[in-house]
Amino acid sequence: MAENYAIEMLGITKRFPGIIANDNITLRLRHGEIHALLGENGAGKSTLMSVLFGLYQAEEGTIRKDGKEVKINNPNDANDLGIGMVHQHFKLVQCFTVLDNIILGVETTNHGFLEKKKAREKVMALSEKYGLMVDPDAKIEDITVGMQQRTEILKMLYRDNEILIFDEPTAVLTPQEITELMQIMRNLAAEGKSILFISHKLNEIMEVADRCSVLRRGKYIGTVDIADTTKEELSRMMVGRDVQLVVEKKDAEPGNVVLEVENMTVASRVHRNNAVKNVSFKVREGEIVCIAGIDGNGQTELVYGLSGLEPLVSGKILLEGQDISRAPIRTRSKDMGHIPEDRHKHGLVLDYSLEYNLVLQRYFEPEFVSGAGFLKKKNIRKYAEKLIDEYDVRSGQGPITIARSMSGGNQQKAIIGRELDRKPKCLIAVQPTRGLDVGAIENIHAQLIKQRDAGCAILLVSLELEEVMDVSDRILVMYEGEIVGELDPKKTTPEELGLYMSGAKREEVHA
Amino acid sequence: MTLLIQYTLIFASVLTLVALGGCFSEHSGVINLGLEGIMVMGALGGALALKSFGNAPYVVVVIGTILISAASGLLYSVLLGVASIHFKADQTLVGTAMNILSTAAATVIVKAINMAENPDNVSSTIQYVNAKKAFIVRMGSFEFNWFMLVALIGLITAYVLLYKTRFGLRLMACGENPQAADSVGINVFRMRWAGVLISGILGGIGGIVYITAGVSEWKFETGVAGFGFLALAVMIFGQWKPINIGLAAILFGFFRALSNVYSGFDFLAALKLPGTVYNMMPYVISLVVLAFTSKNSRAPKAEGIPYDKGSR
Repeated sequence: MAENYAIEMLGITKRFPGIIANDNITLRLRHGEIHALLGENGAGKSTLMSVLFGLYQAEEGTIRKDGKEVKINNPNDANDLGIGMVHQHFKLVQCFTVLDNIILGVETTNHGFLEKKKAREKVMALSEKYGLMVDPDAKIEDITVGMQQRTEILKMLYRDNEILIFDEPTAVLTPQEITELMQIMRNLAAEGKSILFISHKLNEIMEVADRCSVLRRGKYIGTVDIADTTKEELSRMMVGRDVQLVVEKKDAEPGNVVLEVENMTVASRVHRNNAVKNVSFKVREGEIVCIAGIDGNGQTELVYGLSGLEPLVSGKILLEGQDISRAPIRTRSKDMGHIPEDRHKHGLVLDYSLEYNLVLQRYFEPEFVSGAGFLKKKNIRKYAEKLIDEYDVRSGQGPITIARSMSGGNQQKAIIGRELDRKPKCLIAVQPTRGLDVGAIENIHAQLIKQRDAGCAILLVSLELEEVMDVSDRILVMYEGEIVGELDPKKTTPEELGLYMSGAKREEVHA
Repeated sequence: MTLLIQYTLIFASVLTLVALGGCFSEHSGVINLGLEGIMVMGALGGALALKSFGNAPYVVVVIGTILISAASGLLYSVLLGVASIHFKADQTLVGTAMNILSTAAATVIVKAINMAENPDNVSSTIQYVNAKKAFIVRMGSFEFNWFMLVALIGLITAYVLLYKTRFGLRLMACGENPQAADSVGINVFRMRWAGVLISGILGGIGGIVYITAGVSEWKFETGVAGFGFLALAVMIFGQWKPINIGLAAILFGFFRALSNVYSGFDFLAALKLPGTVYNMMPYVISLVVLAFTSKNSRAPKAEGIPYDKGSR
């Protein structure tokens, strides 16, 4: 008798107008295993999971649960079959409590009134059993992303789901929370739950998964046992070529100071306290200085202060010796490139075409606008095509593609192209590789180092320890709005960095 | 003084009912700017009912009028549902159109009826002097109005429905994060329809209460004089929460009542302010109050955005 799988997806084909998102894909999930689904952005992972979760219907192929063929037409069917999913963007109601979110859709009632007492008991029991710490009465908007994710996991467990899909669960977590999540996933698998873990982070897959299936451009490449494979092999399967996993770069040759910050204080938008407190540092030409720290320790506000998105409470910013502390954004951006943290909010006008987005920082220059104020469309088109070509920005319709329809990686490439082409003397890159896949990350790191070698002063803000260690020449650690340590990436360890990031260790820094 | 309390309560009843209507609609994710229009339609239905019930027993008049007003409002709110839920139209525009349409339609209808009865009567006025008495119970000098009880019941029901039942939890989920609601198997469209229709019922009843509150005839050319918008202000000031809405309604109802009874207070009469100043009061107050409080107000997150299954 054939092996009994929890879920089998056999020969799944799903077409969208113009593309085949899933081309004859087979995926077998064993009982009680953690099965990683690896692939670059756009490889078809999410489509495949949407088919399994009933959001899409496949044109061809069958789905079997415990060997029996099933039809899944909507999320309710999936739920009835015990399939649950933690979506990449959490499906939580912000102003509801954790408990309300968990019971939503499967409420128990007594004479028409909500019956929450039993629900609470069940949630607390599950929470204890799997180490999922939550406060059932806290509102979602008040709790950390990590706790929100635990709420999502409890939602699945509360519905007695046996097959759990995690869609890119680590993208939003801090290193500590990732470690916790890995442990939770192991606990769940040990209790007999079968887990599908969608990711493009090789380290995490190597650490937690039992087996891994790889997709590339909609096609099924293969399934391997993690015990018998290496990161290199997985990345080759995923990208289709050898990938440089280690960033290659020469030693930095810092020159003159380009960006100098003196005693800068910036207020927070979220609460009334100052988010950046009296921070001073320098960035020289030809070096990459990295601001490391756990999310929410003032990095965002630091960048807002530098880029002019938020006024300074006090302090001074000198760019090439010029005081720009009060300068308007356009003056600053003449010599300062900014790759913003939120590319949708501050990086692009999503409903504009790619070409307009590419000239956002320059459209007012005589090259692109006539004296009477009319845009020179031909020049804009030519310039856009040049950037698209140089930075390998891929999109459906070239310059006229609407930015919203592009993949995250290509949106980011467009922003990087726009910012770097202006040859800024100083570049502020905030989490430039967030949410991107291995291939795109490799490309962006190479661009940053090329820029550095050309003499640009780069300030990189990153939450990814690996990126901090690999790319930077100097590390400044931020904790609660202050710079608490300056480290040399060649001499320090991730563990030491972690101590500074969590506030356990600090030194006086006058960088 | 009794008169002031009486008027405050009756106007607060109007505002409570209509604001609760808005509250249900907005919690489901649909902005209902058409409340003003729904009130007019409810008032029209109710006024015609009052006129035709004439001398029926009081119970019949009270229950019949309420039911017909509610039905008129409900029917009119279907417009909002079809346009904004089914066809995903801009909710603000639909609401505005409904307001414009309602006053005009009501005027045309009433004139047609009046002219059919008497070719010389081209007014848009309906009288209900006698029938109106069915709603009033005299308690000494205080005139209790059954509508006050209706509003109170509406308030309590709304509170229980929103916070204590499955329906309320699901309704509010649709107004906050319809994607989340959908992902746990809640039919967002159905919940939004429920929200809109409930607002139609409450807005309709609010309409008839308003036009019977202080007078015995109504000229439909005036619509409901912005009371639907005042109710929206009450809803916002009440933070989309029934109890707060009730309290806000009393505050605004008080200022509205002043304009009816200010001449009865010596110290107010001594000020010799023109009556229009008092008429303006609730609207001016709402402007001031909202200007200062709206910064901290927290509307349902997804309100105003048509639900699209495809977007994530």
